[in-house]
This record gives sequence, C-alpha cells and structure tokens, in this order.
Amino acid sequence: MDQPVNPADIHKAIVEQQKIQDRKKLMVNGVLLLLLLAAPFVMYPVFLMKILCFALFAVAFNLLFGFTGLLSFGHAAFLASGGYTTGYLLSNFSGLTTEMGIIAGTATATLLGLAFALLSIRRQGIYFAMVTLALAQLVFFFFVQSEFTGGEDGMHGIPRGELFGLINLEDNLNMYYFVLVVFIACYLLVQRIVSSPYGQILKAIKQNEPRAVSLGYNVDRYKILAFVISAALAGLAGSMKSVVFQLASLNDAHWHMSGEVILMTLVGGMGTLLGPVVGATFVVNIEYQLSQGPLRDWVDPILGGIFVLTVLAFRSGIVGELQKFMRKNLG
Amino acid sequence: MSEQYVLETRNLVKEFKGFVAVNDVNLQIRQGDIHALIGPNGAGKTTVFNLLTKFLIPTRGQILYRGEDITPLKSAAIARKGIVRSFQISAVFPHMTALENIRVALQTAEGSSYSFWKSGNSLHKLNERCMELLESVGLAEFANTTTVELAYGRKRALELATTLAMEPQLLLLDEPTQGMGSEDVDRVVELVRKAAQGRTVLMVEHNLSVVSKLCDRITVLAQGAVLTEGDYQTVSADPRVREVYMGSDGSGERGSQAAASENVEAAQ
Ligand SMILES: Nc1ncnc2c1ncn2[C@@H]1O[C@H](COP(=O)(O)OP(=O)(O)OP(=O)(O)O)[C@@H](O)[C@H]1O
Ligand SMILES: [Mg+2]
Repeated sequence: MDQPVNPADIHKAIVEQQKIQDRKKLMVNGVLLLLLLAAPFVMYPVFLMKILCFALFAVAFNLLFGFTGLLSFGHAAFLASGGYTTGYLLSNFSGLTTEMGIIAGTATATLLGLAFALLSIRRQGIYFAMVTLALAQLVFFFFVQSEFTGGEDGMHGIPRGELFGLINLEDNLNMYYFVLVVFIACYLLVQRIVSSPYGQILKAIKQNEPRAVSLGYNVDRYKILAFVISAALAGLAGSMKSVVFQLASLNDAHWHMSGEVILMTLVGGMGTLLGPVVGATFVVNIEYQLSQGPLRDWVDPILGGIFVLTVLAFRSGIVGELQKFMRKNLG
Repeated sequence: MSEQYVLETRNLVKEFKGFVAVNDVNLQIRQGDIHALIGPNGAGKTTVFNLLTKFLIPTRGQILYRGEDITPLKSAAIARKGIVRSFQISAVFPHMTALENIRVALQTAEGSSYSFWKSGNSLHKLNERCMELLESVGLAEFANTTTVELAYGRKRALELATTLAMEPQLLLLDEPTQGMGSEDVDRVVELVRKAAQGRTVLMVEHNLSVVSKLCDRITVLAQGAVLTEGDYQTVSADPRVREVYMGSDGSGERGSQAAASENVEAAQ
C-alpha cells in the first residue's frame, strides 16, 4: 500500500487496459458479424429478421433502462408508431422508396418519444413507469380508433418495395441483409453512445443522480436525450418489422409488447450491450418453439415463469451471468 | 454593503407540511472563511444545505451569492456558478473507477458531455488532471479501482477530490468526517485546510475538535433557528450553546454515530 506510485504509469495502464477492452469488443463483434452473415443460409431469413427487429427493439430499450436507469413501460408506442407510419406511407404512396418510409416511421417515433419524455422525465421510479404506461395506452386507443390502422384487423399487404428504388426487397435475402446492416449500424451506435463522454454522464446519473446534479449536470436534459434516442431506435425497429412482415398490427402497440421488451432485456442481461440481443433471440425462439408444440396455450405462463426465475435467481441475465462466470474462472 | 459576503441568506424559511425545519435563518459567510454550521441532530443543518443548493425549494426568503439573488436558480446552475456541495451520506459513483468519478466532475467544464457520437478515448486528455487531484487526496494508487471497493474514508476523500475538481468558489461540506476513525479525521482536516486556500468553505461538523482547529466562524443552529454566531471561543463559552448542543452532547454523539454506521452500510 505504501509503495510510491507514478501517476503517469497508472495513466498508461488505464489507456492500455482500454485498448485491450476495445480489442476484445472488436473480436466479439467480428465473430457475431460472421455468424449473422452466414445465418440466412442455415435458417429461415424471415425468422432471423424477426429476431433482429426485436433485438434492435430491446437494444433501444436497454439504452434507457440498462444504461440510464429509467424503466419505461411504454415502449410499445414507439415500435407501433414507427410500424404504422411506415406501413401507411408505403401502402398509400407508391412513389416512396422503402428507406423513405422507414425514415418517416423513425421520425414519427422520435417525435412521439420527445413528447413522452417531456411529460414523464421529472417523475421518479415507479411513477415514471406509470406515466409512460398511461401515455402508451393513449397511443394504443388512438390506433384502435383510427381508420388508417385497420383497427383490430391490422394493416396488411404493406409493399416491401425497393431499397433506393434499386434493390428488390421482395427477395428475402436482400431484405435480410438490409435489416442486418441497419441492425449493425444501430448496435454500433449504441455501443458508441455508451462509451462516449455523454455515456459517462448517463452512467453517473444512473449511479447517483443527486451527485450528478451537484456537479452541475442538468440531468433532465441528459435523460430526455437518452429517451429520444431510445424511442427513435425502437421506432426504427417497428418500421423495419412492418416492412419485413408486410404487416402492422395492434399487437405491437399493446402493453404486452412493452412488457415483452422488459423481459427480453432482463433475461439477456440489462446494462450489457449484448444482453438484449441474446434476450430477444432467446424469447423469440422460445415463443416459436412453444407455439409449434403441445404447449401452445402455455406460452405466456412459461415466459412469466422465466421472468420470475430471472428476477429471483439470475439478476444479471444470461450475458451478465456469463460475464461473471468468465471473470471468476478465467481471471 | 453585502458584497463583502460570498453568501448571504435573508430570512430563509423551510416548512415541511407545517413543521418548520429552517426558521428565519440569516447567514453571512465572509470571503475566505472556513465557516462552521453546527447544532444538534435535527437542527436543520442539512436542510439549510439543501436550500442553498436548491435540492429543496425555500418556503420563503432569499439567497444571495456575491450580492446576486440566486434564489430562483436550479441546482445544476448553482453548481456551475461555483457553489459545490458534498453530501452527508458519502456521494460517489460506485461502479465507476476513482479516476472516472473525478472525470465526471471535470467533464462539466470540458463541454463535451452531450457528445454521444464521440469516442470515450477523447476523455483521456482529462486523465492527467484527474491524477493530480487523486494525488492531492492520497488516492493516486487507487485511480483504477472501482469505487465500491474503496474503504469508507477513501470514498469520502474521493468525494472531496471530485468536489474540488469543479474548482468551486464556495465549498459546502456536510459532515466530511462523519463515520471516520481519528486517523482519517486528521487527514480530512488537512485536506479541508488545503482545499480552503483561495476558497470559502461552509461546513457542517459534529466533531468540535475539528471545528476548533479549522473554522474561523461558527453559526449554531437549534430547532431550525440561529442560536448564536461567533468565533469558537465566543460560541463555546455561550451557556445557551452548552445547553442545546453540548448539553445534549451524549445523545447527540450517539445519534450521529448511529447515523454514521448507517452511512457506512449505505455506502457499501
Ligand atoms: N424532506 C423532508 N420532509 C420532512 N421533514 C424533513 C425533511 N428533511 C428534513 N426534515 C426534518 O427537518 C429537520 C431537520 O433535518 P436536517 O436533516 O436538516 O437536520 P440536521 O441538522 O442535518 O441533522 P443531523 O445532524 O442528524 O444530520 C428534522 O426534524 C427532519 O426530520
Ligand atoms: Mg444533517
């Protein structure tokens, strides 16, 4: 404890450590990329796209929940508003190319996110969750009542169209690689945000909000920005999903969906980058497997059970527990 | 007239649903002083701090900083004006390293704190200053240690260094020695003395030997109101002070010790 320390050495060690971490991150990202590139040759692309859309949704949610410490119970509103906007535009304006529809859907969700954030951000904890839930219910009823959404029937036959007016997205492989590119871009963006100077402040706010305030940070603004980015990415996930399935329905707006994304994030590991991706993959797979077999009617209770088990026994989720295990056993 | 005071409060009042926690308090903090705010448990010291830094909104009254009325400002704006507080319960960012804790404070001035597109490596340029600050409180070797793993006394030292990173003009310290062993207390006294150079300090402190060693001026608070004010000799000779504060010393000490061990637990 008493040996003299040289600050320059410590600084060097920190930078070195950062480099090692960056390299590790790069390696993990590389392996995942290869897997994702090869995946459609072994698995059904539409199923993979479903996973990617939900994974993006969960990654977006986790930026707010895992990295900012805000539990929104209204994220379905962003998924759905993105999906409906994109679906409506692509169905009704044949001049629009697909990416324009997706951008418009994302923009709608972004604005809606800003409105949600302004109305909810000053509430703490459970009250914040309740306000977001209430707002999302308003949005849900709006979609139920509106004609353009097709109400209970949903919006069908959304044309996939052509990307940039060039690439035919009716082709599942083309569609898959487009979704993959968007997903990777968003994933890298979130990775960047989390480690950015702004990400440090989010971390600080999450860990000790009064202290962050006392250091001069206007924490509401930081939270609003995180909320809006999260809503935008959730909307983007919804927009892509409506193009992939050529369908936008009330399911996406229902509070079940807000709950499901919480489940995905917790099961995978909140506050880790990969957690929500793993969680979404896990949940989508379980739902699919169960719906094919004799346990068809038991999907919800089984997911509920998994949820309880995670919260009680595996707080850090799949990825979090794995990280702990590796740290313990591999140094 | 009032410019000679860094900080002044005029008839400051805070009521909680009819209960008056701070009652008509007029504080005058002189430039360059180490000013102590003392008083028994529940006297309203922390509440005064919360009012000054707008963690609570005053029911009535005014707060002036260098003659300027800062009563309407929000917490974050007050901090950016140079009035920076520490907390009674050790306030650190537990899952960040010691260095990162300090860096968060430096980022306020650095101005990239909304830059969500920038690489985290752009913060490395602040590391040198972080190391200086860590060294000044004897924590250099813990730069890369996650803060939860630090001992309680070190957490408080880190908190002080983080506060100093803001280059505050006026430092508000809420019981910086609470829950510490005598060795740590001596270290903190030295740190505060060093930190006070070129600054003004207002500190809440239960430990009267610390107060007598450090403070130029003392305000005694009891039941929300100012009982008396003066230097250590005047105040400690005042029989009313003995009655409310030192008279209840036994229970007060016990109370603050219980609170202290709570804090230690809360900090774990
Ligand atoms: N948010 C609040 N709501 C209601 N009452 C409060 C609140 N904050 C403080 N009080 C009350 O105001 C009084 C003053 O509390 P305060 O924390 O300011 O005392 P203190 O002088 O800092 O005491 P200690 O030495 O124990 O830290 C206490 O009776 C406390 O119960
Ligand atoms: Mg107090």
